[in-house]
Amino acid sequence: MIRRTLGLGVAAATFASVASFSAQAETVKIAFIDPLSGGFAATGQNGLKQYKFMADKLNADGGTQFEVIGFDNKISPKESLIQLKRVIADGIQYVAQGNSSGVANALTDAIKKHNKRNPDKRVLFLNYSAVDPKLTNEKCNFWHFRFDANADMKMNALTDVIAEDKGMKKIYLLGQNYSFGKAVAAAAVRFLGEKRPDLKIVGNELHPIGKVKDFTPYVAKIKASGAQALITGNWGGDMLNLANAINSSGLKLPTYTYYAAADGITKAIGKGGVGSVRLVGQGQTNPPGTDEWDATLKAFKAKYPDGDFTQTRIATVMRMLKRSMKEAGSTKPIKVAAAMEGMEHTTLWGDVVKMRSSDHQLQMPVRIFAHSDKGIQHDLDNSGFGLVNESTVTMQEASTPTTCKMKRPS
Amino acid sequence: MAELIIFSLLNGLVYGLLLFMLASGLTLIFSMMGVLNFAHASIYMLGAYIAYTISQYVGFWPGLIIAPIVVGLFGALVERYGLRHVHKYGHVAELIFTFGLAFLIEEFVQLIWGKQTVAYAQPELLDFSLFEMYGSTFPAYRGFMLLVSVAIFVGLLVVLTRSRVGLIINAAITHPNMVAMLGHNVPLVFMGVFGVGSALAGLAGVIAGPVLGTAPGMAVVLGPIVFVVIVVGGLGSLVGAFVASILIGMLQTFAVAVDYSFLQFFGHLGLDMDPDGALSDLYTVTIAQLGPIMPYMLLVLILIFRPTGLFGTREV
Repeated sequence: MIRRTLGLGVAAATFASVASFSAQAETVKIAFIDPLSGGFAATGQNGLKQYKFMADKLNADGGTQFEVIGFDNKISPKESLIQLKRVIADGIQYVAQGNSSGVANALTDAIKKHNKRNPDKRVLFLNYSAVDPKLTNEKCNFWHFRFDANADMKMNALTDVIAEDKGMKKIYLLGQNYSFGKAVAAAAVRFLGEKRPDLKIVGNELHPIGKVKDFTPYVAKIKASGAQALITGNWGGDMLNLANAINSSGLKLPTYTYYAAADGITKAIGKGGVGSVRLVGQGQTNPPGTDEWDATLKAFKAKYPDGDFTQTRIATVMRMLKRSMKEAGSTKPIKVAAAMEGMEHTTLWGDVVKMRSSDHQLQMPVRIFAHSDKGIQHDLDNSGFGLVNESTVTMQEASTPTTCKMKRPS
Repeated sequence: MAELIIFSLLNGLVYGLLLFMLASGLTLIFSMMGVLNFAHASIYMLGAYIAYTISQYVGFWPGLIIAPIVVGLFGALVERYGLRHVHKYGHVAELIFTFGLAFLIEEFVQLIWGKQTVAYAQPELLDFSLFEMYGSTFPAYRGFMLLVSVAIFVGLLVVLTRSRVGLIINAAITHPNMVAMLGHNVPLVFMGVFGVGSALAGLAGVIAGPVLGTAPGMAVVLGPIVFVVIVVGGLGSLVGAFVASILIGMLQTFAVAVDYSFLQFFGHLGLDMDPDGALSDLYTVTIAQLGPIMPYMLLVLILIFRPTGLFGTREV
């Protein structure tokens, strides 16, 4: 930049160098809109810690600086939209959200509308954990990027494992009554029907999200149904309470989950879940895969002794965001989004992932983890228990097609 | 099937009796002062949090005794220095006073203990299974909850019907002026009842905290249900509160076990409904999903057909 302006005289050169300096040290604010109070606060608070930790880590490398600011949405779509208005009024152009697809559905619509009406103040939506398939299918839009495997991809991987177990004849589905819980149940019915038509789904139940404190009646019902395994998408307090109820009933039920780890859940499952609780996810921690990831996890633990780096995809969000800004040479959402589309990226734990242009769904290997106390380098909840790699479904196998017809802004 | 019924019965009983511990205090306070105490569930929450803090230092058992006493004293102070002054401005002022108090307590709890669920654990002494049936176990802690609630019910019943204190309380409920003329200190009786009612709510919090989770939202979850209990049971009736608590506990627990929907109902009538039709969200709802609103449906029905409640003598 300085070289280009050399011919324009000293004054212009000085101005340009100042401008280029300020562009380099520019601070990009990221609004983290997630539950920071209420029954799901533990998940939200821990996520915020991970974002702040990654921002600090990347800031230390120089270049674009990040500042992550938490906005409490109390897990309500209505509150989230109010917070989004605040975010926009504050001039923040990046929104990170993940807890609850109900919220994500509301945010993606609102952001799409806002960006259409305010082309000079566009906002980019970094969805790190809301996995309702709709978000990258019917409702996909250019401003939404998803870094977590969607419910279909995860269920595809889970049912691969379940289908191999020929002794498995009866399965129970229990989930939260909202878009995500319904998506999980629908995917389970569909994939199990394709892969194992002989397998019987003996229960397909949705409970009110965040309202059930005592799952004992549900556990009694699951037990009475004669199910050999349980599939649940429950997360946060709903998973914690469910795990507690299963444990206190002494039931040894193989449980296939999406989010049964950390934030008190691993500790609650404890010994009772060894050999029975499995989780589908992406970023491995045991073994950590690379030395850098190992060091990162240790650094996080040193900084937040009570926290865990559980949402490994947050590392991918922040690193891909920084890279996109560098490649775009700008922090403008439209340019950053264009750079992020189709980007191939190596995660901290060594996986190669790709942001699919057609629907903005990150394509990645999906893993099945087992809750265990053997082979744990990085435990959760300081409990000695953690998640161990059990099997990996490759990026190609884990991929599911999309119906998205992406419209790009001109 | 039999195992489902037995375990649903036990779980319903545990939940129902927990409701009763809250409702008993609330209904006593109402029958005496004629004021619905909106802060009652908040006091229950306060009990859980105080017991949690005590358990951090000296374990669960001292908390079981100390926390209800602390909360009871707090309740007595609220009556003596708050409600008694507001009383002269009428029932609406009292109602609003307790309403405000509920918010204050919730904010106070969030300030001190934070917005997240705290790790209030049940005592290790009770960390075993009481018995095993059909391959499922019944945790000892739930047995302990049952025991405490039943003891409270029996204790209250004996005090209110067999003792001099109960005699004065019962008299003060219906004829406060006459009791005062006879030389009894009626305001002191009121303060005592409010304190004991609060202590009972606190005790419910202490034993429910480890099972239902100790979080700032715990008052909001149980508060409305407790009002349903005392209205259904009949305002001011202890026996009514007991029956209604068990009824609602069973209703909610058994509802979870039933997967019957309108779709099936229509199916039995020979009507084929499209499971993906426009109104499908409405008629594919199962009884299990309706569980949480059933107490409120019961409340509406009771108010329509029997405004005095099941055992009450005066209209709501």
